[in-house]
Amino acid sequence: MTTVAQTAPPKTRRRRSVQNHGSAPYWLIAPAFILFLAFMVIPIIYTVWLSMFAYRVDSGGGILAKRVLSFVGFGNYKAVMSDSAYATGLLHVLLYGIVAVPILLGLALIFALLLDTVGVRSGGFSRPAIFIPYAIPGVVAALLWGFLYLPSTSPISSITEALGWGTVPFLNLPWIYGSLANIAVWGGVGFNMIIIYTALRSIPGEVLESARLDGASEVQVALRIKIPMVIPAIVLTSFFALIGTLQLYNEPQTLRTMSSAISPTWVPLMTIYRDAFMTDNLPRAAAASVLLALITVIASVIVMAIARRRSAK
Amino acid sequence: MTTTSYPRSRGRAPFRPGGTLILIAGAIYCLVPVAWVFIAASKAPNELFSTFTFAPGSGLISNIKDLFAYQDGQYWYWVGNSALYSGVGAVLSTLVSAMAGYSLAKYTYRLRGVLFYSFLVGILIPGITLAVPQYLLMSKLGLAGSQLSVLLPVIISPFGIYLSYVFARSAVPSETMEAARLDGASEFKIFRSIGMPLMVPGLITVFLLTFVGIWNNFLLPFIMLSDQDKYPLTLGLYTLLAKGSGEPALYSLAITGAALSVIPLVALVMVLQRYWRVDLVSGAVKG
Repeated sequence: MTTVAQTAPPKTRRRRSVQNHGSAPYWLIAPAFILFLAFMVIPIIYTVWLSMFAYRVDSGGGILAKRVLSFVGFGNYKAVMSDSAYATGLLHVLLYGIVAVPILLGLALIFALLLDTVGVRSGGFSRPAIFIPYAIPGVVAALLWGFLYLPSTSPISSITEALGWGTVPFLNLPWIYGSLANIAVWGGVGFNMIIIYTALRSIPGEVLESARLDGASEVQVALRIKIPMVIPAIVLTSFFALIGTLQLYNEPQTLRTMSSAISPTWVPLMTIYRDAFMTDNLPRAAAASVLLALITVIASVIVMAIARRRSAK
Repeated sequence: MTTTSYPRSRGRAPFRPGGTLILIAGAIYCLVPVAWVFIAASKAPNELFSTFTFAPGSGLISNIKDLFAYQDGQYWYWVGNSALYSGVGAVLSTLVSAMAGYSLAKYTYRLRGVLFYSFLVGILIPGITLAVPQYLLMSKLGLAGSQLSVLLPVIISPFGIYLSYVFARSAVPSETMEAARLDGASEFKIFRSIGMPLMVPGLITVFLLTFVGIWNNFLLPFIMLSDQDKYPLTLGLYTLLAKGSGEPALYSLAITGAALSVIPLVALVMVLQRYWRVDLVSGAVKG
């Protein structure tokens, strides 16, 4: 992702710097370090520790039986992996991601290329318009789209009903995957478009000019020059999309108030919430959190590795 | 990294209707739900399910009155809380990230490498999977349920630190810092009067990303808070919607509340996006 060596000043200067600057660099980084420790490192260690234990009812008997933690090793991990709620949750996320991510990134790329194509007008209006959903929280986006899906308020359903075709079951299976994916596409396309567009703008004009002089059409310029040159930006957007997919929570949780197709454990994070706060099984929620974080890290590393191999070619 | 204009084509380009149409279609797709929420906010509760979706209603004023009267003006608490969590949280987060990024970029010291790679790994850890353990720690500290429990965990942002690092490295010249040192300026004064001002465009970017991120936050306050007066807007609107399935009049309140909440954030994002540096975000992966 980056190279530290690039920034290291020559050795002699470095030694003098360390002497002169004293504790200043440490003071500057101290707030970040303390917060990092308190709200990331310690919670991670605590989660891993907790995930190795389970509550056992103390054999004292009676109504006031105490719950005590006892070590169970990887027991919770086995329980999570054999819990069908987590397995189906991952499956839902996977199905949703297969629909949402390619459409999201594809549309973002198409819009960015069009904004960057000479002769295509309306950029001054379309660019901010497509970006607006970025400012709307997932919960509010799900609320808006929820009503546009709900048979009694949906404009699409009112048209299909007038034609005698009945309402469109946006909130039922299997439509619900597309409906959720649509919310993600709507909310994310503008931000990703801007990232790719900014990368397109930094391609030197001479490169494009010489291709055009060679007789390349705008489509050829886009496919052969522009897209290869903005691969890093596309990798970044895939990275964001991947993390967003695995952490899917706000939208299904909100749509659940309108749709019976979404169960209380529809995505992994909803099941973690159930284990932690409804069935009061914190160790199992901790184990599931660790697994979800691991899946995210591994998936991110794979995306990065593929990207690095591509760019090395 | 520059976004200055340069010749991108020869002469006058021919108009391309196809591409223009696709772009306009995209813009309409993105605007329709926003337009809908404002139209729906104008409908009285009995009109919501009976009139055509895009037909304006007659209940805007009474909806707004009902919304502000709901639970003795609880909506204003939600607005205030969202502003507090996002505003204070993003300012503090940007400041902390700026200091850390500057320290990592402009100094060489023993723990620098360890810290740098720790923060990099931190980017990969999904913050949301930390919400449950953060709740447990907050309960141990007796802070669960307080506004601090939502505010404190969002201040640390490894991605913000990384962006600040990238920006400090390219925007703050070491020669200027050295010259200030020869003039006898302290390291903190150099950071305050040279480093920070030069980093402003990058810091606006970090601020905007963090602000929107916190504003969107749902799971963390959902887990931490139980008192509805401390809810941010997202959680408050969610509660209205969840209750609405049994009490449809609340649907109108949720819709009106959503419409009003959209206005300030869209305005903020539209103003700040003129100044932010997205190339910083896309440039970050090139390293």
